[in-house]
Amino acid sequence: MTAAMLELTLNGTSRRFSGTSLTLAALIEQLGYTGKRIAVEHNGEIVPRSQYGNILLANGDQLEIVVAVGGG
Amino acid sequence: MDQLRIAGRAYGSRLLVGTGKYRDFDETRMAIEASGAEIVTVAIRRTNIGQDPGQPNLLDAIPPSRYTILPNTAGCYSAEEAVRTLRLARELLDGHALVKLEVLGDSTTLFPNMPETLKAAEVLVKDGFQVMVYCTDDPVQARMLEALGCAAIMPLASLIGSGMGILNPWNLRLIIDNAKVPVIVDAGVGTASDAAIAMELGCDGVLMNSAIAHARNPVLMASAMRKAVEAGRTAFLAGRMPKKHYSADPSSPTSGLIGSRA
Repeated sequence: MTAAMLELTLNGTSRRFSGTSLTLAALIEQLGYTGKRIAVEHNGEIVPRSQYGNILLANGDQLEIVVAVGGG
Repeated sequence: MDQLRIAGRAYGSRLLVGTGKYRDFDETRMAIEASGAEIVTVAIRRTNIGQDPGQPNLLDAIPPSRYTILPNTAGCYSAEEAVRTLRLARELLDGHALVKLEVLGDSTTLFPNMPETLKAAEVLVKDGFQVMVYCTDDPVQARMLEALGCAAIMPLASLIGSGMGILNPWNLRLIIDNAKVPVIVDAGVGTASDAAIAMELGCDGVLMNSAIAHARNPVLMASAMRKAVEAGRTAFLAGRMPKKHYSADPSSPTSGLIGSRA
């Protein structure tokens, strides 16, 4: 594995990100979700929106990112 | 004024609608407007990572500032999944506590798994959620859900998405007669008369999705459902005449007919 890579599981799929230091807020920005109505679970814990900047992601972290969709 | 009260909040409309199965968000928005519904259900799903994050969002078409958004647990088959989904929904909707719990037990019939539903309801109520719960039309389990503190009991009329109408009106009546919280028929309504019958039985409201979204003209059907729920409710309040199975009773005077002897 090349240096300075971070491997995360996003919505069940493994993905690699460059760098070793990435906050949840930075990840959300990279994904284009900043300001969007989403909710995030980090390693099984709900993360309040106000805490995105304080969560430092580590190798192997599991993230679930959800939105509201049409449903009955 | 006749209002539906759920978890301390009053609503003018007794029709609750889903947002699934529409062609696009424009059709969703127009149908929901025509329905007059104030409570609108949504599902919670993973984002499509890597796809255009700028694509339109359902909550732009159905803004939470205008509607009471009711997140559901459709597709969950265990109490644990359902609770996890609704905790995410609460975060998504800024702490909003009113939710629709459904825990399914069978992928063909989408029949509820009642033991898991009861388990999830207990956890959610303790966690501060106001739980509107999809359930079988079993009066005993409905009473158990009410005892756990659910905000509304939502028995099926027939299978989800079947459009088969109200298959067991007598069970619904037993649930309605026992319940002190609102009873809302959830699932199975096919057309306007089904909604009217549910309301005439004394249901406090009707929740539907497919009956509107799968109509040939969803916006027109939404308006029919609005009228049906209002008509059914008004008829319930008015109190129907007794049924007379063995004798006719003319509406016109029986005396003064021409040619009769005085």
